[in-house]
Amino acid sequence: MSMLELRTVTAGYGQFTALWDVSLAVERGEAVAVVGPNGAGKTTLLRVISGVIPPRHGDLVFEGASLAGRPAHEVVAHGIAHVPEGRRLFPKLTVAENLKMGAFLPRARKAYRESLERVSALFPALAERQKQRAGSLSGGEQQMLAIGRALMSRPQLILFDEPSMGLAPVMVLRLFDLIRRVREEGYTMLIVEQNVRQVLKLVDRAYLLEVGRVRMEGRAAELSEQDFVRKAYVGL
Amino acid sequence: MTVTPARAAGAVLLALIALAPLVPMAGMKQYVLHVVIQIFVWSFIGQAWSLMGRFGLVSLGHGAFLGVGAYAVVLLWNFYGLTPWVGGAAAIALSVVVALVVAYPCSRFGIIGHYFALVTLAVGEVVRLLIIAERDWTGGSLGVTLKAASDASLVAMQYADKRVWYYAGLGLWLFGLWVWARLDRSMARAAMEAIGEDETAAACVGVRVTRFKLRITVLSAALTALGGIAYAQYITYVNPETLAGIGVSLRIVFAVVLGGMYSLLGPTVGTALTIALSEWLRIVFGVKFIGMAETIYGLLLVIFIIFLPAGIYGSLAALVRRRRPAPVPATA
Repeated sequence: MSMLELRTVTAGYGQFTALWDVSLAVERGEAVAVVGPNGAGKTTLLRVISGVIPPRHGDLVFEGASLAGRPAHEVVAHGIAHVPEGRRLFPKLTVAENLKMGAFLPRARKAYRESLERVSALFPALAERQKQRAGSLSGGEQQMLAIGRALMSRPQLILFDEPSMGLAPVMVLRLFDLIRRVREEGYTMLIVEQNVRQVLKLVDRAYLLEVGRVRMEGRAAELSEQDFVRKAYVGL
Repeated sequence: MTVTPARAAGAVLLALIALAPLVPMAGMKQYVLHVVIQIFVWSFIGQAWSLMGRFGLVSLGHGAFLGVGAYAVVLLWNFYGLTPWVGGAAAIALSVVVALVVAYPCSRFGIIGHYFALVTLAVGEVVRLLIIAERDWTGGSLGVTLKAASDASLVAMQYADKRVWYYAGLGLWLFGLWVWARLDRSMARAAMEAIGEDETAAACVGVRVTRFKLRITVLSAALTALGGIAYAQYITYVNPETLAGIGVSLRIVFAVVLGGMYSLLGPTVGTALTIALSEWLRIVFGVKFIGMAETIYGLLLVIFIIFLPAGIYGSLAALVRRRRPAPVPATA
């Protein structure tokens, strides 16, 4: 059984439908990307998973339990962490306080110290800046903190929403290094990303989303070899 | 509990406050007690306001809850002879309903920051106008006097002796401090701080944004109504200008901003200073410069928001501690 499964999910806002019958699965231990141009429905897809909007049709199953239409805090409690677009740190709180907020829910709070050690080992730069305000960190450190905060909730699955959005090209490479480090820890992840070239180097499988439908899916290596994908997205 | 200099000073101060009514002050006594009772009650209301304000839920309409609380308790007594103990509970419940009717849609549809402040500003005025419009039983803009009980009694919550009110006010103020301190040490504070910084981010880590915001709003409204009830029972007269609308709402905010909304004693310090200021102006200028107090308030408010956002007490406390930087308020 897949860890996360979306079965023919349709979702949208008011009259507008952003996703049409999207089916998708993430296996335990896998890294999966959802790529596609602006307006393809990538963000809507993540919003459905993280409980911000309910699906209109279809089901969302995580570890055997249906999460369709469940509120965001329940989704987090089930073990799905979310690294939101644009990082969304608490800028006036310190690094330590941001990490503590990551372990807000009771289950995570109990394991707070252990999680903190784990995150500190993964990102030593954060451990050195415990007392600094999140807003005063460099871009790369903020990215680390956003990921670290997600890890503090002791997730089974991490969702990344457009992690490279708005970053300079050199920063994008570093960011993917960070995600790769998390990946090597054995976390399962679903990454929504526009930077097709970089993300396909990192993940096992990928889905190509276009105007709200899954246009293609497959192994990352195969997808990046497809003429269509190479021309339209990878820029070769 | 270890005895630190700060705690010892606090205990001594509290003992002095508790013993103050026993000090002979000749003819001044009634006046001094009256001013201090006002400081207790309005500090309590300021504390109630700061429960929301410190997390960026800036309400410019807390007069609504004051007015609902005060009028409900007075009218229930005047018309139905309902004891303020029961009427007060009803008044608090009513203000909680008002708070929910305002806060739920705001929270649901993401009306935050300046927009939330504007909505609350309107709510305060609506309550004031309703009170004026329903003149048949509220007395309109002339206000209404609490019907006197046959004698001082616990049932009617009416006492001519100011010493009773002094201790009641003291109890109320201490209760406000206790609520504030309890919230400060709870997980709700962490959740509310996160919400105040970024609601989306707070939701991402599993904070139930709507629920926490509603809870804190309900708590703040209920305590504000309680303050209004206490004030009405003490003064035995309610008036839409002093207990609802923009004027009183802004005075609450001003006192708290002046003293500091992020610290335990900030609202008290701010309230004491504003009340002392208006009393002083009243004594020095009498009725010659009507509006002078408001003008000075306004000027000070601008100066404080720009230069001392953590307030007088908050900034002093931060200077003394220097451990943690004083938080900067949301720009609402």
